[in-house]
Amino acid sequence: MLEAGFFYLFAAMVIVGGMGVVLARNTMHSVMFLIFCFFNAAGLFFLLDAEFLGIILILIYVGAVMVLFMFVIMMLEVNQAKLKEGFLQYLPIGGMIALILLIEFIAASGSGVFHTDAIAAVGHFGKDVNNTVEIGKVLYTQYLLGFEIAAIILLVALVGSIVLTLRTRKDAKYQNISKQVNVRKEDRLRKVRM
Amino acid sequence: MEWLDMAITAGIWALEILAIAVPVALTVAYTTYVERRVIGIMQIRKGCNRVGPFGLLQPLADGLKLFLKETIIPTNANKLLFVAAPVLALVPALVAFAVVPFGETRLFGIWDKEHVMAISHLNVGLLYILAISSLSIYGVLMAGWASNSKYALIGAVRATCQMISYEIAMGFALVCVLMLAGSMDLAVIVNAQAGGFWHWYIIPLFPMFLVYFISGCAESNRTPFDLVEGDAELVAGHIVEYSGMWFATFSLAEYGAMILISLLTSILFLGGWHAPIPALDFIPGTIWLLLKAAFFIFVFIWFRATFPRYRYDQMMRLGWKVFLPWTLAWIAVLGICTYAGELYEGLQFLSDAIGFYQPWRS
Repeated sequence: MLEAGFFYLFAAMVIVGGMGVVLARNTMHSVMFLIFCFFNAAGLFFLLDAEFLGIILILIYVGAVMVLFMFVIMMLEVNQAKLKEGFLQYLPIGGMIALILLIEFIAASGSGVFHTDAIAAVGHFGKDVNNTVEIGKVLYTQYLLGFEIAAIILLVALVGSIVLTLRTRKDAKYQNISKQVNVRKEDRLRKVRM
Repeated sequence: MEWLDMAITAGIWALEILAIAVPVALTVAYTTYVERRVIGIMQIRKGCNRVGPFGLLQPLADGLKLFLKETIIPTNANKLLFVAAPVLALVPALVAFAVVPFGETRLFGIWDKEHVMAISHLNVGLLYILAISSLSIYGVLMAGWASNSKYALIGAVRATCQMISYEIAMGFALVCVLMLAGSMDLAVIVNAQAGGFWHWYIIPLFPMFLVYFISGCAESNRTPFDLVEGDAELVAGHIVEYSGMWFATFSLAEYGAMILISLLTSILFLGGWHAPIPALDFIPGTIWLLLKAAFFIFVFIWFRATFPRYRYDQMMRLGWKVFLPWTLAWIAVLGICTYAGELYEGLQFLSDAIGFYQPWRS
């Protein structure tokens, strides 16, 4: 009973957070709502005994991704009047996407795939089952290939983003730290016999 | 009776939380006192010695002063976030203490099994601490943005870069600890180091210990990494517009983070509540843990009195080009050493040496 209560609490808060992201006028408030939303989604993971996933969600999304989001948004100057200008222009496309999504959701929830009988029962594991260990085992045996491919894609993205931003400007003076550290007394000081 | 049980459980929880939060707040207050006295001694002057005997009532006087000061909110500030920011900074600093184990107890023989003295004994405690401490950035970020001041904004931007960079090195240093202990449960990590100081992880992980402690220093924005509030160029960084109690909340969060890092360094690398030699086990474990943590708090203060502030680009270089390669290399070294014996018979001695610190392998 307590579990169901917490589920409805977290689920309701996720929806409130999601609504807040869209409806908040201030972009900064939107970001805060999104963080709130992630927190409650992590709460849902905890209810499913998936504490590893829940904490990773907070660690990666709230702790890193959203910080960078906020970092960018902080620098923007948001002009409310300008934002509203394009509202009518994008209304047909946006409305269409929303409508399609709504129909999809209704069709999916009515199809019976997500019916409680169809889903494998979400029982609670004993205290001795360690989530992290189980995920590690599956990830490094059964899904090793997919895991490695994902890792390589991320590595390529990493190298790519560094290459894109790497440029040496001719007019700026850079310091060469190894050169600075390697300077000896003899390089700078010359004794002259008078 | 179900409701009564729940009420009793809730009451015990509240008591547990108070039993951690109140000592943390008091420690923060007296850390400020110790800091001023120690820096005073190091700089050959007196430090605070006017209020009460030896100036011992100074923290209370400071608290009273800050409490009575007017809180000024700048006209163009975003009021909601301006007020929320100090709270956002304080909450993660205190919430992280929920999983810190302060020792093991049988409650004077009432329990027949050892219980871990922590509010919540999580089996992913280490990850929890990483996740929560990564949230402390939001307080700084919000404060910087909501103040609507250029110094505060620059301070917040610097803080973000700094915390994100050092978090990575910190996380990898913790991975090394995990590879030895084989668990993310803080109590298991401590018990893996039982039996004297030669079992402590500081020995196989000495470089990681340095990386962790220095990154912790950068994470909690302490000197020499306090570029966030670098007073020479940014007045006071993100806290420039704050006054009175809201300002005090920020420093409470900063000192709370400092105490947390000290406790965690003792838990992860210095054997937590275990005595350095088994003969000294008659002294309760909690006292050992607090002594070790107190030593690290002293080192934090010592740093502040000793080192000048880093230059910004040098600090970034330290995080990305020094600490990150170190930690990655050490993970590889540990991994190779662990399985060297299986790959090549002659290297069995390496596996045995590392295996001494890895209770999960035997």
